[in-house]
Amino acid sequence: MRFGVVRFPGSNCEQDVVHAVEHLGHDAGYIWHGDTDISGYDAIVLPGGFSYGDYIRCGAVARFSPVMAEVIRFAEAGGPVIGICNGFQILTEAHLLPGALLRNVGLKFICRTVSLRVEESACEWLDLPAGTVVRIPINHNEGNYICDPDTLERLRAGGQIVLRYCEPDGSRTEGGSAPNGALDDIAGICNERGNVFGLMPHPERVVDPVSGGTDGAAFFAAIAKRAVEVAS
Amino acid sequence: MARFEIYVTYKKGIFDPPGATAERALQNLGYAEVGQVKIGKYIQIEVADGTPVEKVREMCDKLLANPVIEDYRIETVGEA
Repeated sequence: MRFGVVRFPGSNCEQDVVHAVEHLGHDAGYIWHGDTDISGYDAIVLPGGFSYGDYIRCGAVARFSPVMAEVIRFAEAGGPVIGICNGFQILTEAHLLPGALLRNVGLKFICRTVSLRVEESACEWLDLPAGTVVRIPINHNEGNYICDPDTLERLRAGGQIVLRYCEPDGSRTEGGSAPNGALDDIAGICNERGNVFGLMPHPERVVDPVSGGTDGAAFFAAIAKRAVEVAS
Repeated sequence: MARFEIYVTYKKGIFDPPGATAERALQNLGYAEVGQVKIGKYIQIEVADGTPVEKVREMCDKLLANPVIEDYRIETVGEA
């Protein structure tokens, strides 16, 4: 299983992703944002960071990087694509995922480990049972997910809500459990098909016990397992 | 060169955290008359003479604004 990790000018989590993937026993390679050949990769990762300095809107400029036309083609053909943090923002700007990510409520950059509840979803990137609570760090200024009411209804009905912010016991408080104000406590969503997944938390930071946890491993393991099944 | 001015604001119903913060701050300063405050973006753009406004609208839809969350208004200012 070979993961291609796209480097945009301003990406800063790509090395963490490569470390995580290699730590889990898979191969990884960097893809420069100006490249237009992504053949040879089984899955594409858009990592976190501040692509193009977050100018105009987070992800708005990266979405037009030459490599993105190929990533869109790859995703539309059913290839697995994950966008983490800034990568999630790029996926919404590229219309591979619906909605948008606004400034956090309270205007604070939030950097801490949060509890997330795995929801029943079509997402190919995760095969943990619904209701599982994982602890993964978030690290962002624009993670306040928003979409129109029709889209929210479609996300709910289609099993596209993959992760929700929650309390440590898995419950959600009435006023919302999302530290950033995200609609319906949404932390991660996938497309209808389940192959494109965007999330604000950073699973790549918690795959190696040395960095404080291993809850993130499940994200990369599921897609790798699936790739092996598809190939055989 | 011709010049256009573009005002980008959040769509109705989209929560605007910086606007809401400014609103509370103004009220805390004693400006009881303050209602809703919205904060958006102002963009000046110079284009070749004769560029139709439709072209500028296309630029807004594609890059300068995100139609999912934002509205925009284009004003023709005249020559740069």
